[in-house]
Amino acid sequence: MTRTDAVEATGRRYEIPYGSLVSGLGALVVALFVASLAIGYLPVDLWQGFGDALNGEWTAPALVLVELRVPRALLGTLVGFSLGLTGAAMQGLLRNPLAEPGIIGVSSTAALGAVVVFYFGLSGLFLLALPLGGVVGAMVATVLLYGLAGRGAGTMTLILAGVAINSFAGALTALALNLAPNPYAVSEIVYWLLGSLADRSLLSVWLVLPLMLIGWALILMSGPPLDALTLGEDTARSLGFNVGRLRLQLVAGTALSVGSAVAVTGSIGFVGLVVPHLLRPLVAQRPGRLLLVSGLGGAALMLAADISVRLLPVRPELKLGVVTAIIGAPFLFSLIYRLRAEE
Amino acid sequence: MDIEANDIAVRFGRTAVLEGVRFTLRAGEMVGLIGPNGSGKTSLLRILANLREPDAGNVRYGGRSAADLGNRELAQRVAYLAQAGNVHWPMRVETLVALGRLPHRRPMQGLDAADRAAIERAMVECDVIPFRSRTMSEVSGGERLRILLASALAVEADILLADEPIAALDPLHQLQVMELLRMTARQGRGVVVVLHDLALAARFCDRLVLLAGGGVLAEGPPSTVLCDEHIATAYGVEVVRGERDGVPFVLPWTLCSNAGHSKT
Repeated sequence: MTRTDAVEATGRRYEIPYGSLVSGLGALVVALFVASLAIGYLPVDLWQGFGDALNGEWTAPALVLVELRVPRALLGTLVGFSLGLTGAAMQGLLRNPLAEPGIIGVSSTAALGAVVVFYFGLSGLFLLALPLGGVVGAMVATVLLYGLAGRGAGTMTLILAGVAINSFAGALTALALNLAPNPYAVSEIVYWLLGSLADRSLLSVWLVLPLMLIGWALILMSGPPLDALTLGEDTARSLGFNVGRLRLQLVAGTALSVGSAVAVTGSIGFVGLVVPHLLRPLVAQRPGRLLLVSGLGGAALMLAADISVRLLPVRPELKLGVVTAIIGAPFLFSLIYRLRAEE
Repeated sequence: MDIEANDIAVRFGRTAVLEGVRFTLRAGEMVGLIGPNGSGKTSLLRILANLREPDAGNVRYGGRSAADLGNRELAQRVAYLAQAGNVHWPMRVETLVALGRLPHRRPMQGLDAADRAAIERAMVECDVIPFRSRTMSEVSGGERLRILLASALAVEADILLADEPIAALDPLHQLQVMELLRMTARQGRGVVVVLHDLALAARFCDRLVLLAGGGVLAEGPPSTVLCDEHIATAYGVEVVRGERDGVPFVLPWTLCSNAGHSKT
């Protein structure tokens, strides 16, 4: 296969009509959601569990479903959607296929924000303190990143900015662990940082949901200006878009969705890198159309990964963040290798 | 629609690039913006496109300010073709040309019949039909430029502002693009084009504006603007002259031997 053939294959041959793509991915998410409810360590009769829960009878199946499975599946969907969506948004804004909340340091500063809240005992003050800590952390990273790497920055600058932000956030998180008053707090923070959907309550879902929804809305509204940005900032502006507002909208949207996601599940990396990359050819490379599609793809990937973690015969259960990193990092290698070849 | 710019100043820090520049563009007119590197051509063009605020002065579009018109209407009426425009994702050619219709589209709506017709027209005019379904990574530099020009023409704006649209083209496509721009002007639109090629500027533009030394050094029909003295002052070069079919042309030949070249 020549290079042109390869480009053609990725650029066009796999394109799928937008409507079919969205509904197909939507159906996949629903199927995986149901599978996530059905699969677990105890065999549970879904119908019985739902019936009992609706009747207010707290039988074992009802409890497993409502306390364990539903929050887990919901969080998987929400967090996966957030990560896929923000990956696509950041890649569109920075016009770089390597932009991803984890790589560019947004996830780690969100984690730092949540750790700070946790560490200073602020999480007890009010319910939203932890997710808000994550949001503020993520916001700081996105603003820093934009300052460091700017618009349409080269791959090198972007990655270096990410390295700088990641190491600083890592250092401050380590500092918090270093100064932690007791070993119990340390192990709790460390385990949380590994990233997992297990054992989160329904309450945490309701806590982050509004923040995420606002974040999603901000990002999903920005399709046309993101398409226009393909031609550069000046041209996008000449087509009538306010690029400053777009930037603010995407930075705020990313901070809200990733910040709140990380505050609940810890950092789960690479979803935002892998998903937009795989789906981009299917939407004919249009950054605007990639948004919703990547969100759905992210939700599907997250649910699938979380199901496989439960099915793997490894105990204690592998943390989801560990699994996505083990799969995602080699993917990053190959992507960098290919970008290098193109440059 | 006309554009009138008055008392435009552009400063980078303490360096004044332009001071007190007056510029007008009438409908149906093709104006060439020429001048040496760093003379402020691109800055002036970006000000005309409302992409940059002038450090002094104002721009009127058909008598109204940009704020008056609003982003959307301005985008519908003034199209801008950026210098050496990069395309960041390898989209399909026709998808890219369709971006030019964005100013006309309502949220959540696809392309309508008028949009499709405008896209087809622009693709025909710019001769990009043969590779319409290729991706941007499969076209040459010259083809890419014609595609970008097609997306600017697809806006079907009253005014087209083009920054060095022929810099990367071979002679055939340079002539094609200049013909196309002149034809666009003949259709009653206003065209401002930044150029370095003095011969093509003289041949195709109705009027030239020569920027040098922080302002407009000369303005008017090509034959008066491109006199030896102006060219020596602005560029520091001497030219050879010729004529074909009654159209004069100039060709830069040697560096000026003596002073008179004001450095910008």
